Amino acid sequence: MTDDIAVINTAFGQVAASNTGAIGTSARRQGILRERIKPVSASTKGVPRWLRRASGPVLVVLVWHLASVTGLLPKEVLAGPATVVSSAANLIATGELQQAMWVSLMRALVGLAIGGSVGVTLALCAGLFRLGEDLIDATMQMLRTVPNVALIPLLIIWFGIGEAPKIALIALGTAFPLYLNVYAGIRNVDSTLIEAGRTLGLSRAALIWHVILPGALPNALVGLRYSLGIAWLALVFGEQINATAGIGYLMANAREFFQTDVIVVCLVVYALLGLAVDFTVRTLEKVLLSWRPAFNGT
Amino acid sequence: MATGVQWNLITPEQAREHQVQQRQVRGAQAVRVRGLTRRFGEREVLKDLDLDIAPGEFVALLGASGCGKSTLLRILANLDREISGTVDVAARRAVAFQAPRLMPWKKVWHNVVLGLPGRQDRTKAIAALEEVGIGHRADVWPKVLSGGEAQRASLARALVREPDLLLLDEPFAALDALTRIKAQSLVAELWQRHRCAVLLVTHDVEEAILLADRVLVMKDGVLAHEETIAMSRPRNVASAQFGRIRANLLGWLGVHQPH
Repeated sequence: MTDDIAVINTAFGQVAASNTGAIGTSARRQGILRERIKPVSASTKGVPRWLRRASGPVLVVLVWHLASVTGLLPKEVLAGPATVVSSAANLIATGELQQAMWVSLMRALVGLAIGGSVGVTLALCAGLFRLGEDLIDATMQMLRTVPNVALIPLLIIWFGIGEAPKIALIALGTAFPLYLNVYAGIRNVDSTLIEAGRTLGLSRAALIWHVILPGALPNALVGLRYSLGIAWLALVFGEQINATAGIGYLMANAREFFQTDVIVVCLVVYALLGLAVDFTVRTLEKVLLSWRPAFNGT
Repeated sequence: MATGVQWNLITPEQAREHQVQQRQVRGAQAVRVRGLTRRFGEREVLKDLDLDIAPGEFVALLGASGCGKSTLLRILANLDREISGTVDVAARRAVAFQAPRLMPWKKVWHNVVLGLPGRQDRTKAIAALEEVGIGHRADVWPKVLSGGEAQRASLARALVREPDLLLLDEPFAALDALTRIKAQSLVAELWQRHRCAVLLVTHDVEEAILLADRVLVMKDGVLAHEETIAMSRPRNVASAQFGRIRANLLGWLGVHQPH
Protein backbone atom coordinates (compact mmCIF):
# COMPACT_ATOMS: atom_id res chain seq x y z
CA MET A 1 0.00 0.00 0.00
CA THR A 2 2.68 2.52 0.99
CA ASP A 3 4.75 1.35 -1.99
CA ASP A 4 1.87 2.15 -4.30
CA ILE A 5 1.58 5.65 -2.97
CA ALA A 6 5.31 6.15 -3.35
CA VAL A 7 5.17 5.02 -7.00
CA ILE A 8 2.25 7.30 -7.80
CA ASN A 9 3.98 10.18 -6.08
CA THR A 10 7.11 9.74 -8.17
CA ALA A 11 5.03 9.58 -11.32
CA PHE A 12 3.35 12.86 -10.43
CA GLY A 13 6.71 14.30 -9.53
CA GLN A 14 8.04 13.49 -12.97
CA VAL A 15 5.08 15.03 -14.75
CA ALA A 16 5.41 18.10 -12.66
CA ALA A 17 9.15 18.22 -13.19
CA SER A 18 8.82 18.09 -16.95
CA ASN A 19 6.51 21.07 -16.79
CA THR A 20 9.34 23.43 -15.93
CA GLY A 21 8.61 26.89 -14.77
CA ALA A 22 5.08 26.22 -13.50
CA ILE A 23 4.22 27.65 -10.08
CA GLY A 24 4.39 25.11 -7.26
CA THR A 25 6.48 22.67 -9.22
CA SER A 26 9.12 22.32 -6.54
CA ALA A 27 6.53 21.81 -3.82
CA ARG A 28 4.76 19.17 -5.86
CA ARG A 29 8.00 17.29 -6.37
CA GLN A 30 7.80 16.29 -2.70
CA GLY A 31 4.38 14.70 -3.37
CA ILE A 32 0.85 16.10 -3.27
CA LEU A 33 -0.70 16.75 0.12
CA ARG A 34 -3.70 14.49 0.35
CA GLU A 35 -6.47 13.59 2.75
CA ARG A 36 -8.47 10.43 2.99
CA ILE A 37 -12.25 10.79 2.65
CA LYS A 38 -13.87 8.75 5.39
CA PRO A 39 -17.02 6.83 4.50
CA VAL A 40 -20.02 8.05 6.45
CA SER A 41 -20.53 4.64 8.04
CA ALA A 42 -17.19 5.00 9.86
CA SER A 43 -18.05 8.29 11.51
CA THR A 44 -21.33 7.17 13.12
CA LYS A 45 -19.66 4.57 15.31
CA GLY A 46 -19.58 5.09 19.07
CA VAL A 47 -22.55 6.21 21.15
CA PRO A 48 -25.83 5.74 19.23
CA ARG A 49 -27.63 8.94 18.39
CA TRP A 50 -30.81 8.18 20.39
CA LEU A 51 -28.73 7.58 23.47
CA ARG A 52 -26.99 10.93 23.06
CA ARG A 53 -30.34 12.63 22.57
CA ALA A 54 -31.82 10.91 25.63
CA SER A 55 -28.95 11.96 27.87
CA GLY A 56 -30.18 15.59 28.11
CA PRO A 57 -33.64 14.91 29.58
CA VAL A 58 -32.20 12.18 31.85
CA LEU A 59 -29.69 14.70 33.21
CA VAL A 60 -32.45 17.23 33.92
CA VAL A 61 -34.50 14.65 35.86
CA LEU A 62 -31.37 13.59 37.76
CA VAL A 63 -30.55 17.17 38.83
CA TRP A 64 -34.20 17.67 39.82
CA HIS A 65 -34.10 14.47 41.90
CA LEU A 66 -30.83 15.45 43.64
CA ALA A 67 -32.14 18.94 44.38
CA SER A 68 -35.27 17.64 46.08
CA VAL A 69 -33.46 14.84 48.00
CA THR A 70 -30.93 17.32 49.40
CA GLY A 71 -33.74 19.72 50.34
CA LEU A 72 -32.49 22.42 47.96
CA LEU A 73 -35.91 22.33 46.30
CA PRO A 74 -38.66 22.35 48.99
CA LYS A 75 -41.66 20.09 48.42
CA GLU A 76 -44.07 23.06 48.53
CA VAL A 77 -42.30 24.68 45.57
CA LEU A 78 -41.89 21.58 43.45
CA ALA A 79 -42.23 17.93 44.42
CA GLY A 80 -39.35 15.63 43.49
CA PRO A 81 -39.56 13.07 40.67
CA ALA A 82 -39.93 10.19 43.11
CA THR A 83 -43.00 11.79 44.72
CA VAL A 84 -44.41 12.63 41.30
CA VAL A 85 -44.07 9.02 40.14
CA SER A 86 -45.67 7.61 43.26
CA SER A 87 -48.60 10.05 43.14
CA ALA A 88 -49.04 9.25 39.44
CA ALA A 89 -49.17 5.56 40.37
CA ASN A 90 -51.74 6.44 43.00
CA LEU A 91 -53.90 8.41 40.61
CA ILE A 92 -53.76 5.60 38.08
CA ALA A 93 -54.63 3.00 40.72
CA THR A 94 -57.75 4.92 41.73
CA GLY A 95 -58.64 5.44 38.05
CA GLU A 96 -58.85 9.22 38.49
CA LEU A 97 -56.08 9.97 36.02
CA GLN A 98 -57.44 7.78 33.23
CA GLN A 99 -60.87 9.29 33.59
CA ALA A 100 -59.51 12.83 33.59
CA MET A 101 -57.36 12.10 30.53
CA TRP A 102 -60.30 10.66 28.67
CA VAL A 103 -62.50 13.66 29.41
CA SER A 104 -59.78 16.12 28.34
CA LEU A 105 -58.89 14.18 25.21
CA MET A 106 -62.54 14.06 24.19
CA ARG A 107 -62.91 17.81 24.69
CA ALA A 108 -59.87 18.45 22.50
CA LEU A 109 -61.02 16.06 19.78
CA VAL A 110 -64.63 17.21 19.69
CA GLY A 111 -63.48 20.84 19.57
CA LEU A 112 -61.02 20.02 16.82
CA ALA A 113 -63.64 18.10 14.85
CA ILE A 114 -66.06 21.02 14.95
CA GLY A 115 -63.46 23.75 14.37
CA GLY A 116 -61.64 21.71 11.75
CA SER A 117 -64.77 20.98 9.73
CA VAL A 118 -65.76 24.62 9.76
CA GLY A 119 -62.25 25.76 8.83
CA VAL A 120 -61.84 23.25 6.02
CA THR A 121 -65.31 23.89 4.61
CA LEU A 122 -64.75 27.63 4.53
CA ALA A 123 -61.32 27.14 2.99
CA LEU A 124 -62.79 24.99 0.23
CA CYS A 125 -65.47 27.59 -0.53
CA ALA A 126 -62.94 30.43 -0.58
CA GLY A 127 -60.28 28.46 -2.41
CA LEU A 128 -62.44 27.02 -5.15
CA PHE A 129 -64.92 29.80 -5.90
CA ARG A 130 -64.29 33.47 -6.47
CA LEU A 131 -67.60 34.37 -4.84
CA GLY A 132 -66.58 32.35 -1.79
CA GLU A 133 -63.26 34.13 -1.57
CA ASP A 134 -64.88 37.54 -1.74
CA LEU A 135 -67.37 36.69 0.98
CA ILE A 136 -65.22 34.62 3.33
CA ASP A 137 -61.57 35.51 3.11
CA ALA A 138 -61.60 39.12 4.32
CA THR A 139 -63.83 38.14 7.26
CA MET A 140 -61.57 35.28 8.27
CA GLN A 141 -58.42 37.36 7.94
CA MET A 142 -60.01 39.97 10.20
CA LEU A 143 -61.27 37.52 12.82
CA ARG A 144 -58.05 35.56 13.05
CA THR A 145 -56.27 38.53 14.64
CA VAL A 146 -58.55 38.34 17.71
CA PRO A 147 -56.79 36.35 20.46
CA ASN A 148 -59.05 33.38 21.25
CA VAL A 149 -58.44 33.54 24.94
CA ALA A 150 -59.83 37.06 25.01
CA LEU A 151 -63.17 35.57 23.99
CA ILE A 152 -63.53 33.51 27.17
CA PRO A 153 -65.75 36.07 28.96
CA LEU A 154 -68.07 36.26 25.95
CA LEU A 155 -68.12 32.48 25.60
CA ILE A 156 -69.11 32.14 29.26
CA ILE A 157 -71.93 34.64 28.78
CA TRP A 158 -73.16 32.84 25.66
CA PHE A 159 -72.66 29.21 26.65
CA GLY A 160 -72.59 29.24 30.47
CA ILE A 161 -69.93 27.35 32.38
CA GLY A 162 -70.57 23.79 31.25
CA GLU A 163 -68.88 21.84 28.46
CA ALA A 164 -70.03 24.18 25.66
CA PRO A 165 -67.66 27.14 26.24
CA LYS A 166 -64.66 24.82 26.55
CA ILE A 167 -65.44 23.10 23.28
CA ALA A 168 -66.32 26.39 21.61
CA LEU A 169 -62.95 27.84 22.63
CA ILE A 170 -61.09 24.87 21.15
CA ALA A 171 -63.21 24.93 17.99
CA LEU A 172 -62.53 28.64 17.51
CA GLY A 173 -58.82 28.19 18.01
CA THR A 174 -58.49 25.26 15.61
CA ALA A 175 -60.66 26.61 12.78
CA PHE A 176 -58.25 29.39 11.79
CA PRO A 177 -54.98 27.53 11.23
CA LEU A 178 -56.81 24.93 9.16
CA TYR A 179 -58.66 27.58 7.19
CA LEU A 180 -55.50 29.57 6.42
CA ASN A 181 -53.39 26.57 5.43
CA VAL A 182 -55.99 24.71 3.38
CA TYR A 183 -56.86 27.94 1.57
CA ALA A 184 -53.19 28.70 0.87
CA GLY A 185 -52.70 25.10 -0.21
CA ILE A 186 -55.52 25.29 -2.75
CA ARG A 187 -54.34 28.62 -4.12
CA ASN A 188 -50.76 27.38 -4.47
CA VAL A 189 -51.47 24.18 -6.40
CA ASP A 190 -49.09 24.05 -9.36
CA SER A 191 -51.00 25.69 -12.21
CA THR A 192 -49.12 23.63 -14.83
CA LEU A 193 -50.63 20.49 -13.28
CA ILE A 194 -54.10 22.02 -13.45
CA GLU A 195 -53.52 22.74 -17.14
CA ALA A 196 -52.30 19.19 -17.66
CA GLY A 197 -55.44 17.93 -15.93
CA ARG A 198 -57.60 20.01 -18.26
CA THR A 199 -55.87 18.65 -21.36
CA LEU A 200 -56.55 15.15 -20.00
CA GLY A 201 -60.24 15.97 -20.17
CA LEU A 202 -60.89 16.08 -16.43
CA SER A 203 -64.24 17.58 -15.46
CA ARG A 204 -64.32 20.29 -12.82
CA ALA A 205 -65.20 17.83 -10.06
CA ALA A 206 -62.49 15.42 -11.21
CA LEU A 207 -59.97 18.25 -11.34
CA ILE A 208 -60.78 19.15 -7.74
CA TRP A 209 -60.62 15.54 -6.60
CA HIS A 210 -57.55 14.35 -8.53
CA VAL A 211 -55.44 17.50 -8.76
CA ILE A 212 -56.39 20.34 -6.43
CA LEU A 213 -57.16 18.50 -3.21
CA PRO A 214 -54.10 16.20 -3.30
CA GLY A 215 -52.01 19.25 -4.17
CA ALA A 216 -53.35 21.10 -1.13
CA LEU A 217 -52.86 18.13 1.20
CA PRO A 218 -49.31 18.97 2.40
CA ASN A 219 -50.46 22.43 3.51
CA ALA A 220 -53.60 20.97 5.06
CA LEU A 221 -51.49 18.69 7.25
CA VAL A 222 -49.34 21.62 8.33
CA GLY A 223 -52.59 23.33 9.31
CA LEU A 224 -53.70 20.23 11.20
CA ARG A 225 -50.49 20.27 13.19
CA TYR A 226 -50.90 23.92 14.12
CA SER A 227 -54.52 23.27 15.03
CA LEU A 228 -53.62 20.42 17.33
CA GLY A 229 -51.06 22.58 19.11
CA ILE A 230 -53.68 25.27 19.60
CA ALA A 231 -56.32 22.73 20.64
CA TRP A 232 -54.09 21.75 23.54
CA LEU A 233 -53.42 25.33 24.55
CA ALA A 234 -57.12 26.16 24.36
CA LEU A 235 -57.88 23.05 26.41
CA VAL A 236 -55.65 24.26 29.24
CA PHE A 237 -57.34 27.66 29.21
CA GLY A 238 -60.81 26.21 28.79
CA GLU A 239 -60.43 23.81 31.70
CA GLN A 240 -59.83 26.75 34.02
CA ILE A 241 -63.51 27.62 33.53
CA ASN A 242 -65.17 25.84 36.43
CA ALA A 243 -64.30 22.33 35.27
CA THR A 244 -65.85 19.41 37.14
CA ALA A 245 -63.87 16.74 35.34
CA GLY A 246 -60.72 16.43 33.27
CA ILE A 247 -57.10 17.23 33.81
CA GLY A 248 -57.79 20.92 34.42
CA TYR A 249 -60.17 19.93 37.22
CA LEU A 250 -57.51 17.66 38.72
CA MET A 251 -55.05 20.54 38.60
CA ALA A 252 -57.41 23.06 40.12
CA ASN A 253 -58.11 20.65 42.98
CA ALA A 254 -54.40 20.05 43.54
CA ARG A 255 -53.82 23.80 43.67
CA GLU A 256 -56.35 24.10 46.51
CA PHE A 257 -54.35 21.59 48.57
CA PHE A 258 -50.83 22.67 47.50
CA GLN A 259 -50.23 19.23 45.93
CA THR A 260 -47.39 20.21 43.62
CA ASP A 261 -46.80 16.53 42.80
CA VAL A 262 -50.28 16.18 41.30
CA ILE A 263 -49.84 19.44 39.36
CA VAL A 264 -46.61 18.07 37.88
CA VAL A 265 -48.38 14.81 36.99
CA CYS A 266 -51.04 16.82 35.15
CA LEU A 267 -48.39 18.84 33.31
CA VAL A 268 -46.67 15.64 32.26
CA VAL A 269 -49.98 14.21 31.08
CA TYR A 270 -50.64 17.34 28.98
CA ALA A 271 -47.18 16.92 27.45
CA LEU A 272 -47.69 13.22 26.77
CA LEU A 273 -51.08 13.76 25.16
CA GLY A 274 -49.52 16.47 22.99
CA LEU A 275 -46.73 14.11 21.97
CA ALA A 276 -49.19 11.32 21.18
CA VAL A 277 -51.25 13.58 18.93
CA ASP A 278 -48.12 14.90 17.21
CA PHE A 279 -47.03 11.33 16.60
CA THR A 280 -50.41 10.62 15.01
CA VAL A 281 -50.02 13.52 12.60
CA ARG A 282 -46.48 12.45 11.73
CA THR A 283 -47.74 8.97 10.93
CA LEU A 284 -50.52 10.48 8.84
CA GLU A 285 -47.93 12.51 6.91
CA LYS A 286 -45.80 9.43 6.34
CA VAL A 287 -48.75 7.56 4.89
CA LEU A 288 -50.34 10.37 2.90
CA LEU A 289 -47.28 12.27 1.66
CA SER A 290 -44.89 9.49 0.68
CA TRP A 291 -45.16 10.73 -2.92
CA ARG A 292 -43.46 14.02 -2.14
CA PRO A 293 -40.00 14.59 -3.60
CA ALA A 294 -39.11 16.47 -0.40
CA PHE A 295 -40.30 13.61 1.79
CA ASN A 296 -37.32 12.35 3.76
CA GLY A 297 -38.75 9.83 6.21
CA THR A 298 -39.32 6.20 5.36
CA MET B 1 -57.76 31.57 -14.94
CA ALA B 2 -54.61 33.56 -14.33
CA THR B 3 -55.22 33.75 -10.60
CA GLY B 4 -55.05 30.00 -10.19
CA VAL B 5 -57.67 27.45 -9.48
CA GLN B 6 -60.85 29.36 -8.83
CA TRP B 7 -64.00 29.26 -10.86
CA ASN B 8 -66.72 31.77 -11.23
CA LEU B 9 -70.10 30.31 -10.59
CA ILE B 10 -71.61 30.73 -14.05
CA THR B 11 -75.18 31.56 -14.91
CA PRO B 12 -77.25 29.32 -17.22
CA GLU B 13 -76.94 31.92 -20.03
CA GLN B 14 -73.17 31.78 -19.75
CA ALA B 15 -73.26 28.01 -19.72
CA ARG B 16 -75.26 27.94 -22.95
CA GLU B 17 -72.82 30.36 -24.54
CA HIS B 18 -70.03 28.07 -23.39
CA GLN B 19 -71.64 25.16 -25.18
CA VAL B 20 -72.00 27.15 -28.38
CA GLN B 21 -68.29 27.87 -28.31
CA GLN B 22 -67.55 24.20 -27.86
CA ARG B 23 -69.86 22.94 -30.60
CA GLN B 24 -68.57 20.07 -32.60
CA VAL B 25 -67.96 20.18 -36.33
CA ARG B 26 -66.97 17.35 -38.59
CA GLY B 27 -64.28 17.99 -41.13
CA ALA B 28 -61.59 16.37 -43.19
CA GLN B 29 -58.73 18.08 -41.34
CA ALA B 30 -57.35 17.34 -37.88
CA VAL B 31 -56.70 21.06 -37.49
CA ARG B 32 -58.27 23.92 -39.41
CA VAL B 33 -57.38 27.44 -38.31
CA ARG B 34 -58.54 30.56 -40.13
CA GLY B 35 -57.70 34.16 -39.30
CA LEU B 36 -56.45 33.40 -35.80
CA THR B 37 -55.30 36.43 -33.85
CA ARG B 38 -54.13 36.49 -30.25
CA ARG B 39 -53.22 39.69 -28.45
CA PHE B 40 -51.40 40.18 -25.18
CA GLY B 41 -52.33 43.76 -24.47
CA GLU B 42 -51.25 45.83 -27.45
CA ARG B 43 -48.91 43.18 -28.80
CA GLU B 44 -50.23 40.80 -31.45
CA VAL B 45 -48.56 37.48 -30.80
CA LEU B 46 -50.45 35.68 -33.56
CA LYS B 47 -51.54 37.67 -36.59
CA ASP B 48 -54.35 36.47 -38.83
CA LEU B 49 -52.91 32.98 -38.94
CA ASP B 50 -54.13 30.10 -41.14
CA LEU B 51 -53.14 26.49 -40.55
CA ASP B 52 -54.31 23.09 -41.81
CA ILE B 53 -53.09 19.75 -40.56
CA ALA B 54 -54.27 16.63 -42.40
CA PRO B 55 -55.17 13.44 -40.51
CA GLY B 56 -52.03 11.45 -39.80
CA GLU B 57 -49.73 14.27 -40.86
CA PHE B 58 -46.62 15.09 -38.82
CA VAL B 59 -46.06 18.84 -38.74
CA ALA B 60 -43.17 20.54 -36.98
CA LEU B 61 -43.46 24.17 -35.96
CA LEU B 62 -40.11 25.94 -35.72
CA GLY B 63 -39.41 29.35 -34.36
CA ALA B 64 -37.20 31.38 -32.09
CA SER B 65 -38.35 31.65 -28.49
CA GLY B 66 -41.10 34.19 -28.01
CA CYS B 67 -42.35 33.97 -31.61
CA GLY B 68 -45.76 32.65 -30.55
CA LYS B 69 -45.38 28.96 -31.36
CA SER B 70 -46.24 27.81 -27.86
CA THR B 71 -49.16 30.24 -27.78
CA LEU B 72 -50.53 28.55 -30.91
CA LEU B 73 -50.16 25.12 -29.32
CA ARG B 74 -51.91 26.27 -26.16
CA ILE B 75 -54.79 27.59 -28.25
CA LEU B 76 -55.08 24.26 -30.09
CA ALA B 77 -55.03 22.48 -26.70
CA ASN B 78 -57.95 24.68 -25.58
CA LEU B 79 -55.89 26.19 -22.77
CA ASP B 80 -56.26 29.73 -24.12
CA ARG B 81 -59.57 31.05 -25.47
CA GLU B 82 -58.85 34.78 -25.56
CA ILE B 83 -58.72 34.64 -29.33
CA SER B 84 -60.41 35.87 -32.45
CA GLY B 85 -60.74 33.78 -35.60
CA THR B 86 -61.92 30.25 -36.31
CA VAL B 87 -60.21 27.29 -34.68
CA ASP B 88 -61.45 23.77 -35.42
CA VAL B 89 -59.41 21.07 -33.81
CA ALA B 90 -59.83 17.31 -33.42
CA ALA B 91 -61.98 16.54 -30.40
CA ARG B 92 -59.80 13.58 -29.47
CA ARG B 93 -56.47 15.22 -28.82
CA ALA B 94 -53.67 14.85 -26.32
CA VAL B 95 -50.80 17.04 -25.19
CA ALA B 96 -47.28 16.32 -23.98
CA PHE B 97 -45.49 19.31 -22.49
CA GLN B 98 -41.84 20.17 -22.07
CA ALA B 99 -42.08 19.24 -18.39
CA PRO B 100 -43.76 15.85 -17.99
CA ARG B 101 -46.43 17.32 -15.67
CA LEU B 102 -47.23 14.02 -14.01
CA MET B 103 -49.33 14.27 -10.86
CA PRO B 104 -46.73 13.58 -8.16
CA TRP B 105 -49.37 12.08 -5.85
CA LYS B 106 -50.42 9.36 -8.27
CA LYS B 107 -48.46 6.24 -9.10
CA VAL B 108 -47.20 6.21 -12.68
CA TRP B 109 -49.93 3.91 -14.00
CA HIS B 110 -52.66 6.01 -12.37
CA ASN B 111 -51.19 9.03 -14.11
CA VAL B 112 -51.42 7.29 -17.46
CA VAL B 113 -55.13 6.52 -17.24
CA LEU B 114 -56.12 9.69 -15.36
CA GLY B 115 -59.11 11.29 -17.06
CA LEU B 116 -60.09 8.28 -19.12
CA PRO B 117 -63.79 7.50 -18.85
CA GLY B 118 -64.86 4.55 -16.74
CA ARG B 119 -62.93 2.37 -14.34
CA GLN B 120 -59.19 2.84 -13.93
CA ASP B 121 -57.95 0.20 -16.32
CA ARG B 122 -54.59 -1.07 -15.14
CA THR B 123 -53.95 -3.42 -18.06
CA LYS B 124 -54.48 -0.54 -20.47
CA ALA B 125 -52.00 1.58 -18.53
CA ILE B 126 -49.41 -1.18 -18.44
CA ALA B 127 -49.80 -1.75 -22.18
CA ALA B 128 -49.25 1.95 -22.88
CA LEU B 129 -46.22 2.07 -20.57
CA GLU B 130 -44.80 -1.01 -22.21
CA GLU B 131 -45.17 0.59 -25.59
CA VAL B 132 -42.88 3.42 -24.48
CA GLY B 133 -40.51 0.97 -22.78
CA ILE B 134 -41.16 1.62 -19.09
CA GLY B 135 -43.71 -1.07 -18.21
CA HIS B 136 -41.60 -2.02 -15.18
CA ARG B 137 -42.04 1.48 -13.68
CA ALA B 138 -45.86 1.31 -13.45
CA ASP B 139 -46.06 1.11 -9.66
CA VAL B 140 -43.58 3.78 -8.58
CA TRP B 141 -44.11 7.42 -7.64
CA PRO B 142 -43.21 9.89 -10.41
CA LYS B 143 -40.50 11.37 -8.16
CA VAL B 144 -38.24 8.35 -8.67
CA LEU B 145 -38.44 8.43 -12.48
CA SER B 146 -35.48 9.82 -14.41
CA GLY B 147 -36.12 12.73 -16.77
CA GLY B 148 -36.33 10.44 -19.80
CA GLU B 149 -38.63 7.98 -18.06
CA ALA B 150 -40.95 10.75 -16.90
CA GLN B 151 -41.17 12.09 -20.45
CA ARG B 152 -41.96 8.57 -21.70
CA ALA B 153 -44.70 8.27 -19.08
CA SER B 154 -46.09 11.57 -20.30
CA LEU B 155 -46.10 10.23 -23.88
CA ALA B 156 -47.84 7.07 -22.72
CA ARG B 157 -50.45 9.20 -20.99
CA ALA B 158 -51.05 11.08 -24.24
CA LEU B 159 -51.17 8.01 -26.49
CA VAL B 160 -53.43 5.93 -24.27
CA ARG B 161 -56.19 8.39 -25.23
CA GLU B 162 -55.87 7.23 -28.87
CA PRO B 163 -55.81 10.84 -30.08
CA ASP B 164 -56.54 12.01 -33.61
CA LEU B 165 -54.21 14.89 -32.86
CA LEU B 166 -51.10 14.83 -30.68
CA LEU B 167 -49.71 18.17 -29.58
CA LEU B 168 -46.06 18.11 -28.49
CA ASP B 169 -44.67 21.23 -26.84
CA GLU B 170 -40.88 20.94 -26.99
CA PRO B 171 -41.09 17.53 -25.34
CA PHE B 172 -37.38 16.79 -25.71
CA ALA B 173 -35.97 20.20 -24.82
CA ALA B 174 -35.22 19.34 -21.20
CA LEU B 175 -33.63 15.95 -21.94
CA ASP B 176 -29.92 15.29 -22.20
CA ALA B 177 -28.49 14.72 -25.69
CA LEU B 178 -28.43 10.91 -25.57
CA THR B 179 -31.88 10.55 -24.04
CA ARG B 180 -33.21 13.02 -26.60
CA ILE B 181 -32.04 10.90 -29.54
CA LYS B 182 -33.77 7.85 -28.07
CA ALA B 183 -36.94 9.80 -27.33
CA GLN B 184 -37.04 11.21 -30.86
CA SER B 185 -36.83 7.79 -32.46
CA LEU B 186 -39.47 6.56 -30.02
CA VAL B 187 -41.83 9.32 -31.15
CA ALA B 188 -41.14 8.48 -34.81
CA GLU B 189 -41.93 4.84 -34.12
CA LEU B 190 -45.08 5.60 -32.12
CA TRP B 191 -46.33 7.89 -34.87
CA GLN B 192 -45.79 5.21 -37.51
CA ARG B 193 -47.91 2.87 -35.41
CA HIS B 194 -50.69 5.20 -34.26
CA ARG B 195 -50.90 7.37 -37.38
CA CYS B 196 -52.34 10.33 -35.54
CA ALA B 197 -51.76 13.88 -36.72
CA VAL B 198 -48.90 15.47 -34.79
CA LEU B 199 -47.98 19.08 -34.20
CA LEU B 200 -44.47 19.26 -32.76
CA VAL B 201 -43.40 22.64 -31.45
CA THR B 202 -39.62 22.85 -31.27
CA HIS B 203 -36.64 25.12 -31.75
CA ASP B 204 -34.40 22.25 -32.84
CA VAL B 205 -34.08 22.32 -36.65
CA GLU B 206 -32.59 18.83 -36.93
CA GLU B 207 -35.36 17.35 -34.82
CA ALA B 208 -37.96 18.98 -37.05
CA ILE B 209 -36.37 17.65 -40.27
CA LEU B 210 -35.84 14.18 -38.79
CA LEU B 211 -39.45 13.70 -37.76
CA ALA B 212 -41.83 15.84 -39.78
CA ASP B 213 -43.65 15.61 -43.11
CA ARG B 214 -43.85 19.36 -43.17
CA VAL B 215 -41.89 22.04 -41.32
CA LEU B 216 -43.42 25.44 -40.63
CA VAL B 217 -41.29 28.40 -39.61
CA MET B 218 -43.00 30.96 -37.45
CA LYS B 219 -41.75 34.51 -37.29
CA ASP B 220 -43.38 37.49 -35.62
CA GLY B 221 -46.73 35.77 -35.27
CA VAL B 222 -47.12 34.56 -38.84
CA LEU B 223 -46.11 31.36 -40.62
CA ALA B 224 -43.23 32.77 -42.63
CA HIS B 225 -42.14 29.63 -44.45
CA GLU B 226 -43.31 26.12 -45.18
CA GLU B 227 -41.04 23.27 -46.19
CA THR B 228 -42.29 19.82 -47.20
CA ILE B 229 -39.74 17.17 -46.34
CA ALA B 230 -39.85 14.53 -49.07
CA MET B 231 -36.95 12.43 -47.75
CA SER B 232 -37.69 8.78 -46.99
CA ARG B 233 -37.59 7.55 -43.39
CA PRO B 234 -35.48 6.89 -41.37
CA ARG B 235 -33.63 10.03 -42.30
CA ASN B 236 -29.89 10.50 -42.28
CA VAL B 237 -28.64 13.65 -40.59
CA ALA B 238 -25.37 13.42 -42.52
CA SER B 239 -26.91 13.34 -46.00
CA ALA B 240 -26.42 16.24 -48.40
CA GLN B 241 -30.15 16.80 -48.84
CA PHE B 242 -30.60 17.02 -45.06
CA GLY B 243 -27.83 19.60 -44.90
CA ARG B 244 -29.45 21.71 -47.64
CA ILE B 245 -32.82 21.72 -45.91
CA ARG B 246 -31.20 22.54 -42.59
CA ALA B 247 -29.26 25.48 -44.02
CA ASN B 248 -32.39 26.78 -45.69
CA LEU B 249 -34.49 26.55 -42.52
CA LEU B 250 -31.76 28.09 -40.40
CA GLY B 251 -31.65 30.93 -42.90
CA TRP B 252 -35.37 31.50 -42.34
CA LEU B 253 -34.70 31.52 -38.60
CA GLY B 254 -32.06 34.20 -39.09
CA VAL B 255 -29.02 31.95 -38.60
CA HIS B 256 -26.60 32.05 -41.54
CA GLN B 257 -23.94 29.38 -41.54
CA PRO B 258 -20.54 29.85 -43.17
CA HIS B 259 -19.85 27.39 -46.00
